[in-house]
Amino acid sequence: MDNSAPPLNSLVSVRHLSFSRGDKKIFDDISLDFERGKITAIMGPSGTGKTTLLKLIGGQLFPEHGSVTVDGQNVHLLRRSELYNLRKRIGMLFQSGALLTDMSVFDNVAFPLREHTRLSESMIRTLVLMKLQAVGLRGARQLMPNELSGGMARRIALARAIALDPMMILYDEPFTGQDPISMGALAHLIKALNNTLGLTSIIVSHDVHETSLIADHIYVISDGRVVGQGTPAAMQHSTSAWIQQFMTGAADGPVHFHYPAKDYIDDLLSSGKRY
Amino acid sequence: MIRFLQNLGKQTRIGFNKLGRGTFFLLQTLSGTLSVLPRPRLLLNQLYSVGVLSFLIITISGLFVGMVLGLQGYYTLSDFGAEESLGVMVAASLVRELGPVVSALLFAGRAGSALTAEIGLMKATEQLSGMEMMAVDPIKRIISPRFLAGLLSMPLLAALFSAVGVIGGQLVGSGLLGLDEGAYWSQMQAKIDFRDDIVNGVIKSVVFGFITSWIALFEGYDAVPTSEGVSRATTRTVVNSAFSILGLDFILTALMFGDH
Repeated sequence: MDNSAPPLNSLVSVRHLSFSRGDKKIFDDISLDFERGKITAIMGPSGTGKTTLLKLIGGQLFPEHGSVTVDGQNVHLLRRSELYNLRKRIGMLFQSGALLTDMSVFDNVAFPLREHTRLSESMIRTLVLMKLQAVGLRGARQLMPNELSGGMARRIALARAIALDPMMILYDEPFTGQDPISMGALAHLIKALNNTLGLTSIIVSHDVHETSLIADHIYVISDGRVVGQGTPAAMQHSTSAWIQQFMTGAADGPVHFHYPAKDYIDDLLSSGKRY
Repeated sequence: MIRFLQNLGKQTRIGFNKLGRGTFFLLQTLSGTLSVLPRPRLLLNQLYSVGVLSFLIITISGLFVGMVLGLQGYYTLSDFGAEESLGVMVAASLVRELGPVVSALLFAGRAGSALTAEIGLMKATEQLSGMEMMAVDPIKRIISPRFLAGLLSMPLLAALFSAVGVIGGQLVGSGLLGLDEGAYWSQMQAKIDFRDDIVNGVIKSVVFGFITSWIALFEGYDAVPTSEGVSRATTRTVVNSAFSILGLDFILTALMFGDH
């Protein structure tokens, strides 16, 4: 148990966090640190609650034990207005993009500006075009979300996430379901935005290759615990068989290919039962 | 037997749980309505999609219901030689009962189901979550304007339904069956009371608008965020709204007209 204070340079620190959904324990006493100005990746198999972790950091879910501190503030002790003020400084990119379907691309990116600032329309226009230019989709401003490809939708959502110039962006599975080109474009964008805007990025993903290329630090989570952490290079050469299997994508290993079942031969020979 | 009791207890608990969440949701929605006032644009957009888009179904249904009332009423009344009272009969049935009730049922089917599906899909596609993370309260931004729009639209749609129905009754009565047009209108004017009939009808439609909008929005907001969950929620909206409208109609009628 480390009760140590978080390292001085960490923007988000998670301490002894536990969270369950029904009877299933999603997180069991995990502690993580996310350094300022860096890209930190959370990796792990599907269903390990990676998205849940982002929701805990954003204050949308409450932990059973433990705390999440963002920029010195304990997220779950904040009052609603304080939490909303904190969220204005956090951008989040949802897996689906979560663009508002009844608004054009332009209005989607303008949405946080119109909700939270009193800027004039001409100023908003300038800002929106700048953000769209940053993700390379200035020409798509009049399209509706249902006219966008998955990769474009995510880039628009990214433009919206940086509309209020946040200090941090949370990425929920940014690479899932993307073709190689848009995957590459997104990875490049995440890296570029992080470095040029001085952001802190947290990426939740199970795409080992793309994530390894851009992350500064990787946590691997499985069964509610941190099973490994380090730089991408260190992870590639990890001695743990489990991490080796995860990083290389081998079909069998510590995580078995077969779902637990009784003996194959016995199962085939026991006729008469439906299942 | 034990099993049955267990299930009964479980269902009751789930039911009360949902009622609690629904009430909390309603309180949040109501407190959110204040923040809609400085932004009339949000309300106007919803008045259009909730109210104006229901115009056609309400008008056509009202016309047909009025025409049927005209036919049925005429044959029944003529047995007693009281055809002249057709106007009163049509107007009273519409203003007191059929206007508020049938238009609320149609409203639940047309606008209520659309609201549930819209909110449910917004939830399933993480739009509501996304808004929360952008520090925008989805209750204030999305739910409250729709609730207000439903509340305002319902009495107006019910009034439209009754008005068109009265015209439908007149078309059949004097156009088709040869009833004196003057008798139709003058009897109606003499017998329909503003306080007893019209105001009571309006109160009913306000109550139905309130309950239908609440159910529709809550079912959408509470839906399981998958395609299956949203379709189930949409069905529940229509079924629960119908039950609530008809049940409340009985209670309201008993309170309003019970001592006559």
